[in-house]
Order: sequence, then structure tokens, then C-alpha cells
Amino acid sequence: MNKSGNWILFILAAVVVFVLLGLHMVVVHLDGIFGILSPAGGSALAWENVIQRSKSNFFTVTYIILLGAALYHGFYGLRTIIFELGPRKAVERGWTIFLLAVGTVLFIVGTYAAIAVRTVETAL
Amino acid sequence: MEKKRYDNHLELLGWVAGGKWGIERYLYTLHRITGVGILLFFMIHIFESSTRIFGMKVWDPIMAAMHHPIFKMGEALVFIAFAFHALNGIRLILIELGFMVGKPEQPVYPYQSSLNVQRPLMITVMIIAGLLILLGMVDLIFLA
Repeated sequence: MNKSGNWILFILAAVVVFVLLGLHMVVVHLDGIFGILSPAGGSALAWENVIQRSKSNFFTVTYIILLGAALYHGFYGLRTIIFELGPRKAVERGWTIFLLAVGTVLFIVGTYAAIAVRTVETAL
Repeated sequence: MEKKRYDNHLELLGWVAGGKWGIERYLYTLHRITGVGILLFFMIHIFESSTRIFGMKVWDPIMAAMHHPIFKMGEALVFIAFAFHALNGIRLILIELGFMVGKPEQPVYPYQSSLNVQRPLMITVMIIAGLLILLGMVDLIFLA
């Protein structure tokens, strides 16, 4: 993909993150005020609520989309900051490969967790 | 002596001091600082939240540890950074897409400045971010 394509993807990822991270913040960090999508009641981070959300198709899919969009947006943003500092071309290429590798590993870890958690026992 | 790639390149110093800038220039700095901070947290958060695959016996002690004031303060900082970065990001996207910029005009006196539109936009998004931060802090301090 060319530079402007990457930039457009960066902006699109920002919009996706805004919507899905906004939902995450309302559900998890504003649970005392809104108390939505926590079927067992109480804290959104109580195990019963976490496992029920983790087993729902909606949260599994949106979690993976959010993970990918946030990692792309975050690492592309970090790459932009590094490039603004004016490194040489070879260094720029090295950073791009490094950030791509780290982002890919994190995406695999997060996606594996989002899928593997669906088989975890609800109560142990 | 080797010539610098950019003669007027201020590097990180340019984030905080490089000329007589408007407040939007400092929002640029803050947008980058909060962005890097959120990214660092997010990388840790992926591993911390992935521990739910080990079940309730692992999850509950980790969540109990998160009630320590240090982690609560960290959560507050992340929420503040998120609220600012998200709302300021919306402002930047609107401007990037050509909204609030105005139509191109001949530079004829009296000059028209898009700042008359962009400054109220900046103030509006900062007020919304402030209200969101207030909501988050009320939840974190009184309702968590």
C-alpha cells in the first residue's frame, strides 16, 4: 500500500477505535454510572460479567476488530512521531519492520485470547 | 561537520518551544504524549486482559490487585488521556477532511482566517473532553 493509503487506513482505524473504545470505556470504566452490558450486575470487571461478555459473538468479533484497529493506529502514530524526528532512510525502514513485528505479535496474542476464552469454564 | 538533514529541525524541543504558537500547537504536543502513553498502556493491557483465559482463579486475584491506589491513579490517567486524545482526534479528522477550514479565497484585505471557526471547534471539543473526564473521575472515585 502507498503512503496515502496507509494514512487513510490510519484515519479509518481512528474512527473504528473511537466507536469501539468508546463502547469499551462506557461498559468497563463508566459502569458505576451506566451499568450496561454487565448481565450479572455489580462491577463490569467481576468474573461473571467478564466471562459472559467474552463468550458472546458480538464482543469476540468487536474485540478483535478493536485490537487490530488500535494496534494499527497506535503503531502507525508512533512511527509518524519517530519519522518526524528525522532519522535516516535505513533507520526508518528498520523502525517500520520492528513496529510491524511487535504489532503482529500483539495482535496474535490478543486474538488468541479472545478466541480461547470462549472455551473457558464460566465458573471454576 | 556533517550537515543536519533539516537545518531548522528542532526535534523533541520543537514539541514544547519553537515559536509563538497558538494553543492548538500545544494540543499537538499533548496529542502525541497521550497517544504514546495510551499505546504503552494498551500493550500491557493486552497481556493483562488475556489472563482471563486461565479462568476465575487467576482473574480474581489480578483484579483485586488492580484496586491498589497506584493502579487506580494509572486508570485515571489513562481515562484522561483517552478522553483528550479521542476528542482532539475528532477535531483533527474534521480539519483533515476539510471541515472548518473555509473556502479558498484571494488574499485581499480584510483577510479571512479559518481560526475564527477552528478556535470555537477546539473550545467545544475540549469542553466535551472535560465533561467526559469529570464523568470518568466521578465513576472511578465515588462509584467504583
